[in-house]
Amino acid sequence: MATLLVRGGRVVDPSQDIDRVDDVLVRDGLVVMVGHSGTQPVGRVDETIDASGLIVTPGLIDMHVHLREPGREEDETIETGTRAALAGGFTSVACIPNTEPPIDTQAAVEFIHQKAARADTCNVFVVACASKNREGKELAEIGQLVEAGAVAFSDDGAPVYDAELMRRVFEYCRMFDKPFLAHEEVLELTAGGVMHEGIVSLVLGLKGMPAAGEEVMIGRDIALAEATDGRLHVMHVSTAGGVALIRAAKARGARVTAEACPHHFTLTDECLRGFDSNFKMSPPLRTATDVEAIIEGIVDGTIDCIATDHAPHALEKKMLELDRAPFGIVGLETAIGLSLTRLVVPGRISWPRLVEAMSTLPARILGVNRGTLRPGSVADITLIDPEMFWRVDAKTFASKSINSPFHGWTLQGRAVATIVAGRVKYRLREPALV
Amino acid sequence: MATAAFAQEVVSADWTHRHLLDLERLTPAEIRLLLDTAAQFKEATAGCRQKLGVLAGTTVVTLFFENSTRTRTSFSLAARRLGADVLDFSASGSSLSKGESFIDTARNLEAMGINAVVVRHQTPGTPHLLAQRLSVGVINAGDGPHEHPTQGLLDIFSIRERLGDLNGVTVGLVGDIAHSRTARSNLWGLIKLGAKVILCGPPTLVTDRWRELGVEVSHDLDAILPRCDVLNLLRIQFERQNTRPFPSVREYAHLYAMTRERLKRAKKELLILAPGPINRGVEVTAEVADCPQSLILDQVTNGLAVRMGVLWLTCGPRDSVGTAGGLS
Repeated sequence: MATLLVRGGRVVDPSQDIDRVDDVLVRDGLVVMVGHSGTQPVGRVDETIDASGLIVTPGLIDMHVHLREPGREEDETIETGTRAALAGGFTSVACIPNTEPPIDTQAAVEFIHQKAARADTCNVFVVACASKNREGKELAEIGQLVEAGAVAFSDDGAPVYDAELMRRVFEYCRMFDKPFLAHEEVLELTAGGVMHEGIVSLVLGLKGMPAAGEEVMIGRDIALAEATDGRLHVMHVSTAGGVALIRAAKARGARVTAEACPHHFTLTDECLRGFDSNFKMSPPLRTATDVEAIIEGIVDGTIDCIATDHAPHALEKKMLELDRAPFGIVGLETAIGLSLTRLVVPGRISWPRLVEAMSTLPARILGVNRGTLRPGSVADITLIDPEMFWRVDAKTFASKSINSPFHGWTLQGRAVATIVAGRVKYRLREPALV
Repeated sequence: MATAAFAQEVVSADWTHRHLLDLERLTPAEIRLLLDTAAQFKEATAGCRQKLGVLAGTTVVTLFFENSTRTRTSFSLAARRLGADVLDFSASGSSLSKGESFIDTARNLEAMGINAVVVRHQTPGTPHLLAQRLSVGVINAGDGPHEHPTQGLLDIFSIRERLGDLNGVTVGLVGDIAHSRTARSNLWGLIKLGAKVILCGPPTLVTDRWRELGVEVSHDLDAILPRCDVLNLLRIQFERQNTRPFPSVREYAHLYAMTRERLKRAKKELLILAPGPINRGVEVTAEVADCPQSLILDQVTNGLAVRMGVLWLTCGPRDSVGTAGGLS
């Protein structure tokens, strides 16, 4: 295979404490070194990418993506979803098993792997169901799913409601050192809800989903994880109270990690005033206080990673009355721009912290050998132009769906090249237009 | 021409909207204009009994996705009194039950050359979404628990008829505030016209969070009763409640029903409103509903006046009647 030299970029790799202008040499799909190519013998180079002015990071990993296949190919397929990932600068995604049928068998895991191999785009790591048929009644065949390659377990879309089964999942997953990815929601408190319960929902007459509906379940799952020494990863944290619970649990030494989504640190429930279903997601957009708490959680590491909860829905499904439209928005192609614009540009977090949140820690939580540019590791690399201003145009998304509330927004920062195992899988073609 | 002369007389201030979606986003001047216009129509039609031809040639569709008798009848009659053609379109028995989306349904009606849609829907914001996508006027006749602007206007119209100015008047909105679009439209209209609003009911139906808007919240009707000039008794919307917000109807009535005993402890000139349909014995006892201070039947007549005014302002002629700076 070929030799690729990524020259002169600012290499940010928190796994090795690297943050300096340097070259990255890749041979046969593996990283050879991060070092100055002018002073060391690099041999024959087949392709050189001039990365001056760009940020060079270990390939970004989105650990919360709904690829919809099998069952809802009208919304997204493994191929279109992973192409969207590449366009967003992600070299790996973890796909969530709430498909139809759900991913709860070895055959289903293999199906995903085969489809991903055929698409030949980015890495797809499979999150499998924690319960059979995602029904929350019996444990799924977790051991065999691990053998098939599942990296984590989740019934996302819904919580594991039975507390006894939840305890069993934590206990059983310990045997394989796999995390449980939790969708935290008390369904009685959110029944019929379409947005955050607060003064805005009150004024609009829309059924609210109270913050307590998320926090009560986070509290339960932390208690169960601590009781079993299980690994809990709290998905899409959206409330200040949730951040506080996780912070306290981490301080006690509980094996708890967490993620937040770009929309939850960018938008508030005020956005619902136009009744646009592209602002409807679960957990819902909260208040400005919650947004600030999420950002503080990312700053101090209470929230380990940034994940998109990429949730594509075909246009006709979102063009319904607010209570009939499904929850969720696409996120892969706006994640870098939003994270930079909201977190890095205003100086809330550093570049190394951002790369940690979008690559190093997702790799560590999922236990996959990615998220680093150490010599010998798989050469997944993302090149980001941190100065590029660009206008989000959902119609140009690689994703099959366009349900983004950020359509028309101007963002700073965009992936310009995405390299998977040493091969350039995506290059931004269009010039930045603002 | 009588029609043109009347139109010129009625349109006296700026009305720039093609739609009437809610009262929250209207200015006090716009609300006064709506009320003044309604008053002029009430007078010109001899108390809403006679017909005017001012909207001849206009077609108004009532598009109701949720059951209604009185609001729909009131809108239909108001449109006919103005000479408009009226088409009633119901969700049941139409292509909606075959899975057509509400937007497609409305677009199909629009393609038939109508001028305005009066829409009722169980989901908040649906009239707003239609207004974005249709080129004809949209009038909200109730969107879930969000707003019911003509109901709010007619309640305020009825109070104003008796008291004149609303500035400084204390109005208690009592009952199922959580599920009441009438409460929200009243709230905005009353605040904008300078009234003092007290929301009253059990905490499960009247959350303290309303205080964020600067209104008073009380859970004790007897405590606020002596201060109120007007009480608007809102219907308990059993059909919208997922879980029972109070232990029994008996207990609710005990705490919040307007009874003769409570009436004795109120101001003598207290006015009582109740947007129908009322549950006699729950929000208000029969004798209070029929007492001289009750405006319940005034509300029905004034509903016609308000809806005539709204239809005129939203779909009346825009340039042919010399309404300088008026209807655009």
